[in-house]
Amino acid sequence: MSPESETSGGLKTELTLGLPGDLQVQKSGIKRGFSEVVDLKLVNDSKAESQPPSTTQVVGWPPVRSYRKNLVKNCKYVKVAADGAPYLRKIDLEIHSSYQDLLTAMGDMFTCLTICNVLNERKLVDSANGEEYVPTYEDKDGDWMLVGDVPWKMFVESCKRMRLMKSSEAIGLGAAAPSTPSKGSSTSC
Amino acid sequence: MAYSFPEEVLEYVFAFLSYDKDRNAVSLVCKSWYEIERCCRRRIFIGNCYAVSPQIVIRRFPEVRAVKIKGKPHFADFNLVPEGWGAYVYPWISAMARSYPWLEEIKLKRMVVTDESLELISKSFKNFKILVLSSCEGFTTDGLASIAANCRNLRELDLGESEVEDLSGHWLSHFPDNFTSLVSLNMSCLGSEVSFSALERLVLRCPNLRTLRLNRAVPVEKLPSLLRGAPKLVEFGTGAYSAEIQTDIFSNLVEAFSGCKQLKRLSGFWDAVPAYLPAMYCVCSRITSLNLSYATVQSPDLVELISQCPNLKCLWVLDHIEDAGLKVLSSYCKDLQELRVFPSDPYGAEPNVSLTEEGLVTVSAGCPKLQSVLYFCRQMSNAALITIARNRPNLIRFRLCIIDPQAPDYLTLDPLDTGFGAIVEHCKELRRLSLSGLLTDRVFEYIGTHAKKLEMLSIAFAGDSDLGLHHVLSGCESLRKLEIMDCPFGDKALLANAAKLETMRSLWMSSCSVSYGACKLLAQKMPKLNVEVIDERGHPDLRPETCPVEKLYIYRTVSGPRVDKPDFVWTMDEDAVLRLS
Repeated sequence: MSPESETSGGLKTELTLGLPGDLQVQKSGIKRGFSEVVDLKLVNDSKAESQPPSTTQVVGWPPVRSYRKNLVKNCKYVKVAADGAPYLRKIDLEIHSSYQDLLTAMGDMFTCLTICNVLNERKLVDSANGEEYVPTYEDKDGDWMLVGDVPWKMFVESCKRMRLMKSSEAIGLGAAAPSTPSKGSSTSC
Repeated sequence: MAYSFPEEVLEYVFAFLSYDKDRNAVSLVCKSWYEIERCCRRRIFIGNCYAVSPQIVIRRFPEVRAVKIKGKPHFADFNLVPEGWGAYVYPWISAMARSYPWLEEIKLKRMVVTDESLELISKSFKNFKILVLSSCEGFTTDGLASIAANCRNLRELDLGESEVEDLSGHWLSHFPDNFTSLVSLNMSCLGSEVSFSALERLVLRCPNLRTLRLNRAVPVEKLPSLLRGAPKLVEFGTGAYSAEIQTDIFSNLVEAFSGCKQLKRLSGFWDAVPAYLPAMYCVCSRITSLNLSYATVQSPDLVELISQCPNLKCLWVLDHIEDAGLKVLSSYCKDLQELRVFPSDPYGAEPNVSLTEEGLVTVSAGCPKLQSVLYFCRQMSNAALITIARNRPNLIRFRLCIIDPQAPDYLTLDPLDTGFGAIVEHCKELRRLSLSGLLTDRVFEYIGTHAKKLEMLSIAFAGDSDLGLHHVLSGCESLRKLEIMDCPFGDKALLANAAKLETMRSLWMSSCSVSYGACKLLAQKMPKLNVEVIDERGHPDLRPETCPVEKLYIYRTVSGPRVDKPDFVWTMDEDAVLRLS
């Protein structure tokens, strides 16, 4: 057994170039030799154009406290709860540019959900039983709203947290037609 | 000589000694002075919560009224200390609840504070007055509600930069209607809204309120009513300083600010909109401290504001100020003592603002009282550092962060050894230093030779060999705290200077080359140190002895290995130490 690949709590210890939001890179005690970090820097330089704006971060450097990073760098993490999921996740709304983008990210994050085309609209669907999930959010006034009605930027500004509701519960939110994946509806995943 | 002063007289005299150093000296004179002193010491400072146990403290000092305790190592601020590491305050609160019923003041830094602890504080100390939680975590707004509800004589509630779980803004409403003793409230770290009407009522009924620092969620249009309700404010922190520009909001703000004749310190300014900055101009002439480190306004607007503050002593600002803004600062603010320039885009590959070493050089030339610097930038030269050193030999704190690790002198491509060497050579009173950029063992030679008053040193991505660490450990006589990340320092220097470690508060080394074997050896040699290995790869025994440990935290202690370690921390030679103690 190679000691280097020992994991602790399921966290990898190899140095990886993870995208922002890849918690493993941030949290694990990265085994990094001195030279590995230097290489990391050089790789960063050459890939500067192709990487997304916030590239890989070496834990602990630069020595900026997290509340300073969040407050200045237009970063908006909101909690996302999915009905039936054991724990909540957090998603940075600022790094997405549209509702489609957000939907994709949520599909990636909640592995039990996939994106399907329901009536020519992209929706989040439970891959096990085909049940549709309706994205809702709590706005600044404390009201629960359907995601998608207002312009994207306005949504980002007013969203405090999100909940992916099972469509069977989303009564009264007109746009979320509770569709059961039957032979009748055009559902393609 | 048969006579000596009666105890009461000595006690009276000792009461004038406020510095711990003096009290400690007094207690070493003779047994009776030790006894008298320990019974009348009212304030204690514990720089490392694991250096001593609550029981030992309480046994020695039975009449304490104020405690200050620090927990996690400084690098915890940058996420280098894994969650669950320790620094729990509960055992301290529980012990003090039993033995210090008259405790008035608790100040904590980098500790884990639970709601349970807060509730215990609120119910155990009848005369509790001051709670300061600086960079703490582990509590929610429910804990704050207990404090509000039960601490009838509370004067100060300062949440610093703590991480608080915001369950509800209603905690503030738990201050009873007849509660009027508040002098200072800092809730700037809270995320969500507090009940504004409760806040307003609180401010209006506390006539002695001198410090009010709001959180981001308080909108600018609500500020006037608060300022009008607290005209004696000395320190004020706004919430988000932006809104649709409306003339009545602006004029209300101007009027409210002008009513605060004693206002000296300002902070807050999240999302600041330039159009609202002039509302403060009427107070600027009295302002001594300005924290604009959340204000992403551009240089011209910053300049406009700063040029109205001739009495400014302390400025915290984002690098949006740019070299041009710092030039204005240096010509208008001759009283400036402290400057902190934070990066607006620390992870960007390219600079987003025109802030270079020039800005700092200009300030060092123009501000004769400048003694404390924290500066983030993207380029530096030896020439600039040498100039700064020559201009400002009165520097006490110099923390420079060149964002690119190992960036050389951008003019010559040399290491920045001579530049930092000049700093330590000229600034003979330097107590704190943070290095960055390309640095060889040579810089450590300079530091070991010259930095005789240096108490805290922070090093990252620097040095070539153990010689570097050896220079520091053997040369820096006043060193108390040393924190190192990603440097090629190994076993030799550490083992050769083992005794030095007992004269220091703590040493932190992460991503260096200290082997497990050396850690064990060190612990064997120095039983009064806790040599803690932090390694998330599992027990170090699973790897060869020569394998470097991930992180190492060494500190002196009189209470042996700690008992609250998580499963990724091991105290070296623990069994041996336990046998000896």
